[in-house]
Amino acid sequence: MNIVEWWPRLIQESLTTLYMVGVSTLLTVLFGLPLGVLLVVSDERGLSPRPAINRVLGVVVNLTRSLPFIILLVVLIPFTRWVVGTSIGPTAAIVPLTLAAVPFFARVTENALREVPSGLIEAAQAMGSSEWQIVSKVYIPEALPGLVLGIALTLISLVGYSAMAGAVGGGGLGDLAIRYGYQRFQTDVMLVTVVILLVFVQAVQSIGDKMAAKISKR
Amino acid sequence: MIRLENVTKTFRTGADEVHALYDVSLEVAQGQIFGVVGASGAGKSTLIRCVNRLEEPDGGKVWVDGEEITALRGESLRQARRKMGMIFQQFNLLSQRTAADNIGYPLEIAGVEKSERERRVLELLELVGLEDKARAYPAQLSGGQKQRVGIARAIATNPKVLLSDEATSALDPTTTDSILDLLQGLNKRLGLTILLITHQMEVVKKICDHAALLEDGRLVEAGAISDLVADPLRRLSRAFFPPVIDIPRDPRAVHAAITFLGSAADEPILANLVRKFDVDVNILGGSIQEIGGRRVGQLQVEIQGEQMAAAVAYLGDLGVRVEVIK
Repeated sequence: MNIVEWWPRLIQESLTTLYMVGVSTLLTVLFGLPLGVLLVVSDERGLSPRPAINRVLGVVVNLTRSLPFIILLVVLIPFTRWVVGTSIGPTAAIVPLTLAAVPFFARVTENALREVPSGLIEAAQAMGSSEWQIVSKVYIPEALPGLVLGIALTLISLVGYSAMAGAVGGGGLGDLAIRYGYQRFQTDVMLVTVVILLVFVQAVQSIGDKMAAKISKR
Repeated sequence: MIRLENVTKTFRTGADEVHALYDVSLEVAQGQIFGVVGASGAGKSTLIRCVNRLEEPDGGKVWVDGEEITALRGESLRQARRKMGMIFQQFNLLSQRTAADNIGYPLEIAGVEKSERERRVLELLELVGLEDKARAYPAQLSGGQKQRVGIARAIATNPKVLLSDEATSALDPTTTDSILDLLQGLNKRLGLTILLITHQMEVVKKICDHAALLEDGRLVEAGAISDLVADPLRRLSRAFFPPVIDIPRDPRAVHAAITFLGSAADEPILANLVRKFDVDVNILGGSIQEIGGRRVGQLQVEIQGEQMAAAVAYLGDLGVRVEVIK
């Protein structure tokens, strides 16, 4: 088996992985960030305490996080079909990937916002800021370095999850490694995919670290 | 300008109750620099935070500039807070914003237009002497510079009232002095009413014209500094002039604390006393200090001799305060 013959396939599957993971990350931030903000703000010592809402959100987040991804993938099939019209293929895989990552990113956001010193929030309140102004002008800008690191972390977790997307015909590098590398004993294919994934994860992490360091003025 | 009426605040943690404030009433008039002192845990911080309702009082009322703050909610409370500046021990500057953008924050949230905002920020930077630090981030500034940014931010919207929560407690003595000078200048130039809390008597001595002592959540003493220091029996006066205690007293002598105010501090009172009444005056301790811009002296002395009672009466006639300590 000559690995050179595999290059077109490897490139194609890499792009599929990038597509699934990239779009899922975007959607995850879109939904996870507000959810994380809500978790902090509705806390009993938060800006706008809503203990009941906070508890419900907490339970939902923990429930989703405790479900193994492969189960989530299958359970969500009807929902996925309703959202994207099909339950097969990379686009269909984006739905469960996003749903799995949103609670994760919400917790990451929650932690990043809790790192903001309470004195800053009080100063903003003392100056007459509205809750929305405190979130948009204090919490998020102050937590931005942490949020950037959180996004990198989410991207990396999603690369791992995406390997399971093969179960719904999602394709991608992970699927390639399982089907050819593992099930058909093509060790060289396995090896190359692992190297590509490793490089990708490493790149995401170091770009995330650099960006966070550049943004932070602390 | 600021009025607290029977303000009470209790903290509950589990079964424990802590009376942080117990029936506190006080009034700060327009243009005063009013200092509240007390040991840590006396409730000072809770008191000042009740004024802009960072802390919610359990009972009592708070007025600022004729408006009952304790009756406000939501947007009207936010509007009222924009008319009060506040500075903090830990400065509480936004670390991701430059000095200029920190100062611009209150203007930004009040919806002041960008060009107007920039003009005002420059003016404020100049006022606090930080023209060259506009683009610096808080991490690049010293403690004193950070507090200057904090002060500029607090007065950006031209508030009538400034609340200072231990603003100099994290600074070294020299920097403390320069920050106090700045506050005093703002008080004089802008007529800014300042309510400050501190555990440093130096702060009260240097810039306050009125003071109050808080002890275990209760207001023990309050009044004009000049009245407080003239009365050696007042607790605040004792804090300015700690009595000498470890000296064995002669039972035949009169032991007295003599407080001199203003011009009396410049006269050779004791020399006159010795000459006129033929008494022995033994100085146990004393100091002359600048308090509220006036020179105030206090001496603790032992007076002994046949005419010692007359000597003490003579001191009273001179207009200096004499307190016989038993």
